[in-house]
Amino acid sequence: MPLEYQNIFTRVQVHGPAPNPGVPLPAGDEARLGKGTFVHLFGRFGEAQLGPIYLGRLGLLSIVCGLIAIVIIGLNMWASVNWDPIQFVRQFFWLALEPPPPHYGLRIPPLQDGGWWLMAGFFLTASILLWWLRTYRRARALGLGTHVAWAFASAIWLYLVLGFIRPVMMGSWGEAVPFGIFPHLDWTAAFSIRYGNLFYNPFHALSIVFLYGSTLLFAMHGATVLAVSRYGGERELDQTIDRGTAYERAALFWRWCMGFNATSESIHRWAWWFAVLTPLTGGIGILLTGTVVDNWYLWAVKHGFAPMYEPVVPGGVVDPLLAAGR
Amino acid sequence: MSKKKDFDLVSTVGWTATAVLGVAAAFYLASTFERPPVTAIQWGNRGTAMELVYNPRTVARELPRHAVPAKEEEVDKSGIPSREAYQNVQVLGDLDSAEFLRLMNAITAWVSPQQGCTYCHNPENLAEDSVYTKIVTRKMLQMTRVINESWQAHVGQTGVTCWTCHRGQPVPAYVWAMESPQAGRRTRGLMSSAAGQNTVSTAAGLSSLPTDPFTPFLLEDKQIRVTTTWTPMSVGDNRMSIKQTEWTYALMFHFSAATGANCTFCHNSQNFGKWEGSTPQRVTAWHGIAMARAINNDWIVPLTPLWQENPKGPPEAGAAASLARLGPMGDAVKVNCMTCHQGAHKPMLGARMLADYPELDAVSLSPIPLRAAMR
Repeated sequence: MPLEYQNIFTRVQVHGPAPNPGVPLPAGDEARLGKGTFVHLFGRFGEAQLGPIYLGRLGLLSIVCGLIAIVIIGLNMWASVNWDPIQFVRQFFWLALEPPPPHYGLRIPPLQDGGWWLMAGFFLTASILLWWLRTYRRARALGLGTHVAWAFASAIWLYLVLGFIRPVMMGSWGEAVPFGIFPHLDWTAAFSIRYGNLFYNPFHALSIVFLYGSTLLFAMHGATVLAVSRYGGERELDQTIDRGTAYERAALFWRWCMGFNATSESIHRWAWWFAVLTPLTGGIGILLTGTVVDNWYLWAVKHGFAPMYEPVVPGGVVDPLLAAGR
Repeated sequence: MSKKKDFDLVSTVGWTATAVLGVAAAFYLASTFERPPVTAIQWGNRGTAMELVYNPRTVARELPRHAVPAKEEEVDKSGIPSREAYQNVQVLGDLDSAEFLRLMNAITAWVSPQQGCTYCHNPENLAEDSVYTKIVTRKMLQMTRVINESWQAHVGQTGVTCWTCHRGQPVPAYVWAMESPQAGRRTRGLMSSAAGQNTVSTAAGLSSLPTDPFTPFLLEDKQIRVTTTWTPMSVGDNRMSIKQTEWTYALMFHFSAATGANCTFCHNSQNFGKWEGSTPQRVTAWHGIAMARAINNDWIVPLTPLWQENPKGPPEAGAAASLARLGPMGDAVKVNCMTCHQGAHKPMLGARMLADYPELDAVSLSPIPLRAAMR
């Protein structure tokens, strides 16, 4: 069997004769849906067993709210190509449901002028928050910690800052992000241009560090565990307190390579914190933009971590509007 | 499972995956990227990544587009001003009558080479103003002189001629008109407005940015500046929104396409708004925006009634001149940066064509009626 681990593809599918229905549910919970089944193809990527699903009241409400949001967004996109199904598919990446024009401030705009956007945002937020409650409740029902729920909450924080908290602080729904593939990317670029280059926002920088750090940690950890699995290294949490040759070899490898190693317990906290801090710091950076800092480049120059370069031509270029006033 | 079979399976999966990825990567590279070489020219301080990026193959391919027509042969002065030699000469009366004919020939070659003199003139009586295009031409001659005299901040000493825009066509090839409200809104009733964007914007490099950045900036005088540039910073003074930034961004896409240059031709992209880090070209472009706006408002829009009466050009010219003069909203087609630049940082790559035609400086600027002789 150890040989099965000597490549980078999943080779092992282990399951019993019948799908595992899961532990008994607490009194008052809805029944699970379906009995579960085995799918060989799924087993190539993860667990071969599919289902049963616990939907419950929260899950059902969340899906209904999410569907309402998606239908509102989709129908408005479709209307914007005059209900042409071919153009809807062809231009899908360009289409969007746009937030209200800035002149409405925080008032409720007419439906065609961002009202649908506000409504879609409400239902999408309701759906996400209900799903968060679900991750919390399901973890508790299984006797788990609530780490997943709090990590998810961090992503929700960034979502709320972008679409709700910052627009409210700026006094305009028009500051929020449109629902659309390219349009939200255009919004991102315009956001950075308007506020003097987001790369000089230190919280944006922190967010990038944690984002790229997350991928690095994920790769290092995954590779390490796979590499020592021939010695039983995949039993990593056992080895937190009961170390064996797999743990010792992996630790030695990293100490040889970089002088320091995480433990098989701490690496998971590293990963969790890096992931959680990515949207957490990013959200802080977005929240400060426009509310506290209007031009991140000038802010960075003022605080001494961006240079003011020499002019491109001797003497520099003068704003022609100012030149005309002289 | 034996080791042999094991190895076979691994290598089959591995090779299949490699082949699939290889084909996908080749398709991605071929369809997305430009084939090298790419020439980068340093354009700002080192370390600031201010570079002009050119592909020599593209430059070579575009060269014919920026060619200058053969110079109209110079003539000896006749000594008689054209107002004495001809009748009804309203804006070129001071010009020598021989040079007048030379200019007429040049204009025909630049604007209506296929249609000839009769594109503007009644062949029975060349002095008559019965063809509306003759009145348009008078206004355009005056416009050319105004550009060359009053807009040197943009056109420099190089100046412009009819060719700069027309390039051998009665209607310049690169023009714009207002979008119909349907195009801007694209929906009816309660469905959400697309706010003039969120479709393929040809004006803005096929992005989903606003599709008509010309009406607000090159016809109207909406604020283009969005970034706070002053120090010390005062939060709250700058009320420009992200949505307004998208309109400015769309206009900048147009600049880039029209001049064939990337953002760093004018800006240090580190902070787009800052003038101190910009190149002198940004000042030239700034005057260009004002110039295009003035051309549209002072010279093109006032002629709209003539085009509305003759949306397919002069009836005498027939199908040969049936280019659109009006947009879907019934407004005249107008100029933007592309009309002259056509992808070059200087139109015709800076060829000093005007110097060969001093006749264009003899145009009288005294006001001429739009249709005095027509009715």
